[in-house]
Amino acid sequence: MEPSHNSETVVVAMSGGVDSSVVAGMMHRQGAPIVGLTMQLWNHRRLPQLAGDGPVGHRCCSIDDVYDARRVAEHCGFPFYVVNFEKQFEDTVVRPFVADYLAGRTPVPCTQCNNHVKFDQLLLTARQIGAERLATGHYARIQFNSRTGRYELLRARDASKDQSYFLFGLTQEQLARAVFPLGDLTKMEVRELAREMNLPVAEKPESQEICFVPSGDYTQFIEGYLAEQGSGQRAETGEVVTTSGEVIGRHEGLHHYTIGQRRGLGVAAGRPLYVLNINTSANRLVVGDDAELQSETCEVDGVNWIAIARLEQPMQVMAKIRHKHEAAAATIECAGETAVRVRFHQPQRALTPGQAAVFYDGERIIGGGWIR
Amino acid sequence: MQRDNMAMQRVYLDHNATTPAAPEVVAAMLPFLSHEYGNASSIHSFGQRARTAVERARESVAALVGARAGEIVFTSGGTEADNLAIFGLVPLGPGAPGGVRRHVITTQIEHHAVLNACQFLEREGVEVSYVPVSAAGVVDPQEVRRAIRPETVLITVMHANNEIGTVQPIEEIAKIAAEADIYLHCDAVQSAGKLPLDVARLGVDLLTVSGHKIRAPKGVGALFVSKGTRLRPIFYGGHHERDRRPGTENVAGIVALGVAAQLARENLQADATRMASLRDRLESQLLTRISEARVNGEGAPRTPNTTNITFRHIEGESLVISLDLKGVACSTGAACSSGAVEPSHVLTAIGLAPEDARSSLRFSLGHSTTAEEIEYAIGVVPGVVERLRELSPVYHKT
Repeated sequence: MEPSHNSETVVVAMSGGVDSSVVAGMMHRQGAPIVGLTMQLWNHRRLPQLAGDGPVGHRCCSIDDVYDARRVAEHCGFPFYVVNFEKQFEDTVVRPFVADYLAGRTPVPCTQCNNHVKFDQLLLTARQIGAERLATGHYARIQFNSRTGRYELLRARDASKDQSYFLFGLTQEQLARAVFPLGDLTKMEVRELAREMNLPVAEKPESQEICFVPSGDYTQFIEGYLAEQGSGQRAETGEVVTTSGEVIGRHEGLHHYTIGQRRGLGVAAGRPLYVLNINTSANRLVVGDDAELQSETCEVDGVNWIAIARLEQPMQVMAKIRHKHEAAAATIECAGETAVRVRFHQPQRALTPGQAAVFYDGERIIGGGWIR
Repeated sequence: MQRDNMAMQRVYLDHNATTPAAPEVVAAMLPFLSHEYGNASSIHSFGQRARTAVERARESVAALVGARAGEIVFTSGGTEADNLAIFGLVPLGPGAPGGVRRHVITTQIEHHAVLNACQFLEREGVEVSYVPVSAAGVVDPQEVRRAIRPETVLITVMHANNEIGTVQPIEEIAKIAAEADIYLHCDAVQSAGKLPLDVARLGVDLLTVSGHKIRAPKGVGALFVSKGTRLRPIFYGGHHERDRRPGTENVAGIVALGVAAQLARENLQADATRMASLRDRLESQLLTRISEARVNGEGAPRTPNTTNITFRHIEGESLVISLDLKGVACSTGAACSSGAVEPSHVLTAIGLAPEDARSSLRFSLGHSTTAEEIEYAIGVVPGVVERLRELSPVYHKT
């Protein structure tokens, strides 16, 4: 990294929430020269019919959140700006999100945003305005392993808040420039710090939903977005079938469903049925028993390695197949340039195309990719 | 990176966004914020003194634009004046009789106060023609002529553009409007104090002026409405402003606007000459020191204080932030409600590719701008542009 007179400056990505506000407050208190940036990612005037009835304060990059971030910056007294990444966000997060659902996959938009917006465009802007590093409110840890010469990504100390799953796509360059000051703290400690620093967002509730779908109703979002885009693509109803091929009902369009889903299938079979497969080519929803959801292997592509440069030979890992999944023992082996075959030691429930499979060795992330 | 470092030089080159209030203006309005608190409509002496002050201000604003005092309506600012002109003249709703003319002509480069009002008109069933501009940012009066229909009720064209400073041929458009017997409104928010304003010479029926662009505070503006123009109010209330704009007069603000108008008139020639020479130096130095830079609106008549430059291969947003961190305040595009930058409709209208529109920066000078400040900006901008280009993925690809 080339030294310059202000190379110590750090940009803090501020969402207006407690976590990133505490990051800004902490770093400012430590005397680091910081600049706060809030990303304007989505224009909430679009698709107004989807606004939902939830409190508007719970939306990411709503005017209220920008206002909160700005208040924190004023409170602490560091420079703050809003940057408009709406186009980048739509191109790399929203459109793929819609496309994934239409293709029968269940996407992870937060990871796409980390890979293509936050640690790409925002990091670039940070560097352009004179900062070398970007701090965020993620609960995860980064350490440099001098033996391997690689930056490593570790789970957060607070297991209940750990967000390392969403960060598996970060490159060595991105990790070298990222700072996660909350990785060693618990959520309670973060709240406590917010109160101690009198941050105006200290009591602000957590946001849970996908930021651009504040209502939480993503099927409505997909339909609204397709209509807005004037896309001829429309979700068509089709057959619900069992694994033996018996037609037992009709579905409302395949983007309504995710693997393992039980509720809202609209079929009465006298026993619990789950989505096993979303067959977009035949426009069929395949359902069956819970037992049929179990599988032992999956293929993962678009793999990014973090702790290792490449997978030389089969490796024992703990693999996590969705954010709330308890990582399970598995063996991973190379299956192509950026592809991996995962063999779980015990069958896992609902391996879902579009979700990420992230491989851990204890605290460390080895790497991860997208379930095919 | 302490932006609030007291030692750091701070150069304000964003006078098209707003101007600092002149000391004379502040001094003149202060009594009306303290002991001169009368309501200008009251009969007693308190009210009479307020009335006198308001009417003197009206004369001063009238003098700035070459109108009669009775033709000046005070408003809360430029946006309200634009809205009053548009909604005051264009009949809306089911009450409008069948034969009523319902077509409006404007341009693609108007301020949002006009553009968004016109978009609302469209939602209400009024047809609007958005006349294009040349690559230099100037409307062709013949395009306006071609857009005229039997049902055209209003033409609204800005005098000078806020983003690139280009001056529109209002006099020629006025002749065309007069021939067709159509009202002509002109948003002169960006030309007041920078160009001579004479409603008779321009030939306009309505003209908007904003206080805070000419060194009065925010929250006051005026609409010139030529005698005989049948303007419906957009607010309902008392009989203020000859029934054209109800609401107790903002006496302090109006007094401020009066003094600011007087200063603008007195200083016009000297300010324009001085600003033009500083602007030209800034522009030519930046073009000399920075490759792949070009002036938007070049070749067209422009306001003397504005230069808008495309520095190819950079993000204007990063440039504005970087310059602010070094003490130079300027702008790119128009800010949306969150403070983020939206792509400029003006730069798009003059034919810039989206990436070039995003790479453009506006510097706008004012009465208080000094030669030292311009030299400081000339010293700072090239280095910042260079660093941004070094980090630009686009630049390396080319």
